[in-house]
Amino acid sequence: MDIADIIKPQNQVFCKTKLMTDTALSYCPGCGHGTAHNLTMEVVDEMGISEETIGVAPVGCSVLAYDFMNIDITQAAHGRAPAVATAIARTWPEKYVFTYQGDGDLAAIGTAETIHACNRGENIVIIFVNNGIYGMTGGQMAPTTLEGMVSSTSPYGREIKSMGSPLKMTELVANLPGVYYVTRQSVHTHKHARKAKKAIQKAFENTRLKKGLSFVEIVSNCNSGWKMTPNESNIWMEEHMFPYFPLGDIKVDGILK
Amino acid sequence: MSELKLMKGNEALAEAAIRAGADAYFGYPITPQSEVIEYLMTEQPEKRTGMVVLQAESEIAAINMVYGAASTGKKVLTSSSSPGISLKLEGISYLAGAELPAVIVNVVRGGPGLGTIQPSQADYFQSVKGGGHGDYKLYVLAPASVQEMSDFVEDAFDIAFKYRAPVLILSDGLIGQMMEKVQLKDQKPRLTDEQLIEKNGSWAVTGRKNRERNIITSLDLESEKMEKRVHRLMKKYEQMEKEDLRYEKILCDDAEYLIVAYGSSARISQKAVELARKKGIKAGLLRPITLFPYPKQQLLELADQVKGILSVELNAGQMIEDVQLSVQFKVPVEHFGRTGGIIHTPEEVLEALEQKIIK
Repeated sequence: MDIADIIKPQNQVFCKTKLMTDTALSYCPGCGHGTAHNLTMEVVDEMGISEETIGVAPVGCSVLAYDFMNIDITQAAHGRAPAVATAIARTWPEKYVFTYQGDGDLAAIGTAETIHACNRGENIVIIFVNNGIYGMTGGQMAPTTLEGMVSSTSPYGREIKSMGSPLKMTELVANLPGVYYVTRQSVHTHKHARKAKKAIQKAFENTRLKKGLSFVEIVSNCNSGWKMTPNESNIWMEEHMFPYFPLGDIKVDGILK
Repeated sequence: MSELKLMKGNEALAEAAIRAGADAYFGYPITPQSEVIEYLMTEQPEKRTGMVVLQAESEIAAINMVYGAASTGKKVLTSSSSPGISLKLEGISYLAGAELPAVIVNVVRGGPGLGTIQPSQADYFQSVKGGGHGDYKLYVLAPASVQEMSDFVEDAFDIAFKYRAPVLILSDGLIGQMMEKVQLKDQKPRLTDEQLIEKNGSWAVTGRKNRERNIITSLDLESEKMEKRVHRLMKKYEQMEKEDLRYEKILCDDAEYLIVAYGSSARISQKAVELARKKGIKAGLLRPITLFPYPKQQLLELADQVKGILSVELNAGQMIEDVQLSVQFKVPVEHFGRTGGIIHTPEEVLEALEQKIIK
């Protein structure tokens, strides 16, 4: 097979996700957001629901998700995406509505909106990217920052006594009866990304079946905020984040694991 | 046909929202406007028209639900009272910035802080001078009767969609709680999803079927784009001033002394004007029906005619600043108003007019 053959469309093995725009991602090289975006859009594309899907973008690094995802998106105030999504799902019950939120957005300022949308069992998908830090504002402590982890607002490391413990929002919402599916995934290797995609697919299938709320946490890295190389950050994530935020299904088909 | 009923202001507003063909209401209880959501929950408009009613976990959630439904082009409203409106202001600023149509109702109570549950007009500044962050204004309608609580709902939706902008109905605990007879309008059908897409599909996020994607955001990281957005908003406000100013003049033709008052204060002041006329005092009343746009020109014209103006408000003196600016300090302008939830009587207003203006 020569080059002319290789570049023939029928021989193409990988290509840009169809539902991603040509806008260059604003994420730092090595960040997991790009993969999380791709997987979400691959699922929406493969399910053939791109014309019936409405996304809600947060405030944080992924505020510009609407620049990258080629679907209808509304951008919510900080933390309020689950409330915004609630109203869309209630007034357009046949649509696929999802929020895409970071840990500061979902687990700090938006705690009330998250808990109550989950508790009402809104027929939406919440994609929660947890990298344990406020990336966009330059690396401040997040509700999910690990004990002892250094950030610009915990420069001597997170101290549990004065700053509280890292919040396991995902376990918390799993206990609410309205929540149908809760899982924690990561996207830092091909294997993990494939599993995460399956989880996102299941979440959107739940919307199709009007099963209620699906909550997909993606534990991710923030190599810039953590002051590491991308590779170092992924190793650090495996060694430190995963023990505290263990990967896997927490609630499936409304039943706690 | 249209129906005559005895209703509370809050109930009349709720019923009018159903009849105006609203798609959704999101709210959180607070005195003195809880009757709005109570009425809607009892009335079950989901069965009557398909209108969604949801009690949110907070005023913040409620206004962001409004933002969500408005993003999709739905006809949506929320209501609250002063402390609750303070919580909603972030969302209101987002609605203005993202250019979304929505109706917000404030049944004002006394403040600051938790204040009192009694009627007040102390949210004038908050309503017409921004309130939330950034360069924006709200189109503000001030009902002075239960009838207007009902009528202004549809008017507010019309303006909201004409300009793709949030509209505020600024009522107070008196108008919200009192009962009067009200002529209810006939039921307007809600738009079907197809009709809505036809009407609002150029901007609303409804799923990008047969078109390019739509994006709703108030964010412009490039300064030039953000300035353009602000200029676009300012153009809307200019157009509102030209096309949608509303006011009422009562006995102004030969007036030597003028009272300016809106909402419940206008009702009380109208009686005070009648009492003044009985005493041979040529008093008149200018009632701004919209607080933004404000009847600046009408006041300036009256400034050449009258000897003095009394701004009557249930607050410590807020609208008086707009009266002074409008008349460009050509005539003396004084304020009269009770606070803390105390409602001035027509006699007190007349006495204030005599002591502060006529002297």
